Amino acid sequence: MKMSMKPSLPVGIVGYGAYVPRYRLPATEIARLWRGGQDNAKLPVKQKSLPGPDEDTITMSIEAAHNALKRAEVDPALIRSVWAGSESHPYAVKPSSTIVAQALGIAPHTTAADFEFACKAGTEAMQAALGFAGSGMAQYALAIAMDTAQGRPGDALEYTAAAGGAAFIVGPAKDAVAILEGSFSYTTDTPDFFRRSYQKYPEHGNRFTGEPAYFHHISNSVSILMEDLGLTPKDFASAVFHQPNTKFPKKVASQLGFTSAQIHTGLLAPVIGNTYAGASPLGFTAVLDAAKPGDRLLLASFGSGAGSDAFSFVVTDKIEGIRDRAPSTSDYVERSVEVDYATYARWRKKIRHH
Amino acid sequence: MDIPRSWRLRNQRYLLEGNACTSCDKKHFPPVLVCSECKSRDLRPFTFSGKGKLYSYSTVYQAPGQFEAFVPYIVALVDLEEGPRITTQLTDISPDEVRIGMPVEKVIRKISEEGERGLILYGYKFRPPVD
Ligand SMILES: [Zn+2]
Repeated sequence: MKMSMKPSLPVGIVGYGAYVPRYRLPATEIARLWRGGQDNAKLPVKQKSLPGPDEDTITMSIEAAHNALKRAEVDPALIRSVWAGSESHPYAVKPSSTIVAQALGIAPHTTAADFEFACKAGTEAMQAALGFAGSGMAQYALAIAMDTAQGRPGDALEYTAAAGGAAFIVGPAKDAVAILEGSFSYTTDTPDFFRRSYQKYPEHGNRFTGEPAYFHHISNSVSILMEDLGLTPKDFASAVFHQPNTKFPKKVASQLGFTSAQIHTGLLAPVIGNTYAGASPLGFTAVLDAAKPGDRLLLASFGSGAGSDAFSFVVTDKIEGIRDRAPSTSDYVERSVEVDYATYARWRKKIRHH
Repeated sequence: MDIPRSWRLRNQRYLLEGNACTSCDKKHFPPVLVCSECKSRDLRPFTFSGKGKLYSYSTVYQAPGQFEAFVPYIVALVDLEEGPRITTQLTDISPDEVRIGMPVEKVIRKISEEGERGLILYGYKFRPPVD
């Protein structure tokens, strides 16, 4: 029985865009404050990206989607979905996607919705966008993966909880820079990480977050997808896995039979941290920035709760023409300014003066 | 800004939607009813590219409540590529990095926040180009 998914019309990515804010908090700053610097040898990432005081998931989504529109050169009025996946929507009630749609000139002739599924909210929106365009309901569909993640001060997650993400415009395969070969989603009820309503910071199950959550779900989504498409790791030029730290994606890649060269381009966590819903999609934009026509690319997300979406795309010769119409992912990663813990605490509203 | 007014002006704030004179082609932002150049009342909507140059600026260290999260911030006069000079804020830049004449581009950022319960207002600010 075929388990992987592919819409009846051929579809692909016709435009993509990245966004990473310019500020960085070095992991050593967190270790200095909470651990007397003792953890410096075993920090999970070097530094994490940090939004400025006037940034949030909405402003960051607008910039990433603006970059995707610049690359696609599609009339915004032809886009029929603005689906924004995040676990840090600024409003509890008032869709981020409505503001994004208005700010980009996509509104009013569009659907708009916010997707939630921890770190895979964005790839969930991508699955839906591929289906929306692939059914013929929409010529173009916009899916966004973006987060401004927060960790409790002093918690292990504080080292990695970062900000950034990506946006993708899905459309007909004939206009695509990367054509979808197939996708697959693997979902179970696994309470590895959660945040209740009205709580600012999440709870996590420590060791429980590894084997039964991250590794189990990604291994299944990727191996079932590859088996279904008759592919092996050798068939892929690059692979991107969800990256909550530097170690997990390296380990799951090697378990599945991917080499470190195959995951190198899309592994951004060491220099920007874990951008949650933005993480694997943002890594995927770095891979698209470097891809050659004919390259086969794997994207595999993970979201706590838990599930994993896996996608196989083949790059077309259109990639060369559109790449330079917007800033590259590395332009954003490299434009970095370090801040100290006090600035971070003020901007992220961990301290306030009244 | 009250909610009805900010709602009415949203396409100005998000898209830099102004207007252009159909007789002399002068571009206006914010939009005008009468062209300041030729007095024509025949104007068409015009969306600005969002590219410009910094004309002048001043750093704000003390601000009212809904802006205090952003202090210090830079208020600037920017000359848009298409002509008008507009008042705006700079972002993604510290006061010591600012140079008169530097190229800047439009981004959408939080303009103000009405406490923990109120509306978040989004709109244009300008910053140095990324690439
Ligand atoms: Zn005129």
